[in-house]
Amino acid sequence: MPRPATCSIRARATAKRPMPDRRNGSARLVEVHDLAVRFVSREATVHAVNGVSFAVRAGEVLCILGESGSGKSVTLRALMRLLPRQARIEGRVRIDGEDVLAMPARRLRELRGGLVSMIFQEPMTALDPVYTVGQQIGEALRRHTGMTRAAARERALELLELVRIPSPERRLDAYPHELSGGLRQRAMIAMALSCNPRLLLADEPTTALDATVQVQVLILLRRLQRELGMGMIFVTHDLGVAAEIADTIAVMYAGRIVESGPVAAVLGAPAHPYTQGLLASTVHGQPRDRDIDAIPGSPPDMRRLPRGCSFAPRCAQRLPACHIDVPEQRVPQPGRMAACLRVYAPTPSCGC
Amino acid sequence: MAIIDAHMPILDPRAVDPRDRGGPAQPMLIARDLKKHFPVKGARGKSVQAVDGVSFDVQKGETLGIVGESGCGKSTLARLLLHLIAPDAGELVFDGDAVDVPNGIRVDALRRQVQMVFQDSYASLNPRMPIRDSVAFGPFIQGKKRPAAREIARDTLRKVGLDPELFGPRYPHELSGGQKQRVNIARALATGPRMVILDEPVSALDKSVEAQVLNLLRGLKRQFNLTYVFISHDLSVVRYISDRVLVMYLGRVVELGPADAIFDQPQHPYTRALLGSRPSMDPARRIEEPPITGDPPNPIDPPSGCRFHTRCPFAEPVCQSRDPVFGFWRGDEAHAAACHMLDPRSGHSQAPDA
Repeated sequence: MPRPATCSIRARATAKRPMPDRRNGSARLVEVHDLAVRFVSREATVHAVNGVSFAVRAGEVLCILGESGSGKSVTLRALMRLLPRQARIEGRVRIDGEDVLAMPARRLRELRGGLVSMIFQEPMTALDPVYTVGQQIGEALRRHTGMTRAAARERALELLELVRIPSPERRLDAYPHELSGGLRQRAMIAMALSCNPRLLLADEPTTALDATVQVQVLILLRRLQRELGMGMIFVTHDLGVAAEIADTIAVMYAGRIVESGPVAAVLGAPAHPYTQGLLASTVHGQPRDRDIDAIPGSPPDMRRLPRGCSFAPRCAQRLPACHIDVPEQRVPQPGRMAACLRVYAPTPSCGC
Repeated sequence: MAIIDAHMPILDPRAVDPRDRGGPAQPMLIARDLKKHFPVKGARGKSVQAVDGVSFDVQKGETLGIVGESGCGKSTLARLLLHLIAPDAGELVFDGDAVDVPNGIRVDALRRQVQMVFQDSYASLNPRMPIRDSVAFGPFIQGKKRPAAREIARDTLRKVGLDPELFGPRYPHELSGGQKQRVNIARALATGPRMVILDEPVSALDKSVEAQVLNLLRGLKRQFNLTYVFISHDLSVVRYISDRVLVMYLGRVVELGPADAIFDQPQHPYTRALLGSRPSMDPARRIEEPPITGDPPNPIDPPSGCRFHTRCPFAEPVCQSRDPVFGFWRGDEAHAAACHMLDPRSGHSQAPDA
């Protein structure tokens, strides 16, 4: 597949910012095209994300599913340019019509926490331990909307009620360490929602929580997303969590999306051998007297990706051609995509 | 993957281990009323009641799964079973011999027969030791000569699916998570234990690797006639690997029974809530209402009476005032639970008639 001309951040930084395209704003809130992220150091170059394209409509939940090192979190952070200095980002990222990769620093600061906000896996490290919950939510509000201190406190209280924190007046003046894990995660969600974002990015927000608390937070996020009409990109390694929250799902392996489509279709009848293997190797009620169908081997070294399909070395269905070129994206059904030579598609073309 | 070496004979399960003292009917391990409270600094008289009166037994050759949320004391319990920390009260009996008492089995002798695999596969390996030395260390410290210990290490690495020539000289940071956990399993097996305590052995692994390690553990258990205590917060994994399951909540056992009975007919409302919190894996059958609300309470000041009463939808005054009796209520001699709703004499309105 020919790669379009790369547009590095520096080259575009001085270009005139295009006006936000509101005409089809509700159609496509996020458009990512051929995103690539490399981490360059003296010893090695890590190819974390290698040509990822997807789109999210307003009010839609996209789940990015992948194992550790698949590039799912790096993709998410690239959307807000929350990556360290040695990261090289290429491709195109448009959020609400604006080109994020070409954005000057000032506009980027308005975007982060305003139009787009993010929740993280570990609320204890994402929250500041020396400020109360109310102060931290208020700070975001005052910075973005110019509210007075009193008004920000009022709104912070509303937000704690919105995320269903019991006795919110008392919790407003609590420090993060005084809250339980579930309440801390709710406080972080409240902070993320403070400026009415149109897009919420969630990086494994329920992974560190206990089972009985995880399901509460998932139900809360689903409800808030629906009521507030937000777009959401939810990164997880857990198929069960994806099945609970996603509208569409994108499965990542070695920095590429290998399969995407509506969640019920992909989990119900996975097309890509990696998705099939992931489903088979997830323990959910298999008979006790038989081995689980595990995927052999381990994911590739992201410093030295194999030629062709990155999954081919572990794939039971590989063909000689799999080792030559990265497989093109095929469309087995409208709205679905799988990058695999084994997938039959009437017309091979990109579904994005 | 060929994990089991074709040349290794599978042990006849009926063959008697020469170290077996109590016979097949004697449980491998009996824990009676184990207690461990950790004092809290700066709060006089307060303590974290990590394990508070836990009793159970582990039969020879079975896998006992232990489930519970964070802070329920399952990892403290694992350490108590090996005397890595000494219990404040209670008794441990290994194959008929009381542990760490006069005329009983000494702790070092216990550890020749019981080994442990920890959750954090990197932190539990010495970063400055090639893995073959880590694996050989156990047999060496237990009296084998160096060359013999090295030979055991090579052999055990092969059994966990790692080529000793290729991986033996490597350091832990050069291995993937799954490979490191294989090394930890090899290290536990190198001393030839009869029982292995696995504390969240697959929780830090990716799903595709988790399946490989679970298959490996199953194969090794058959091959060496092992007894497992398998601790995890993942209910699906516990159901798959366990013969019996023990459910803990805030330092106490709330339910114990055969795995299928626990999963198909749970008796305790906490077990039902845990099971109901599992994602369905089917987007058409999503969970609409959380089975219980709130977080597990702080184990420093656990609720009185039944510790689950603060989150239990069926709680009544009796739950707050009296400890429930742990007993076999429904005529099933293998399946026990601690809930006032099962006890005819508790006075709970949902309890069956006496």
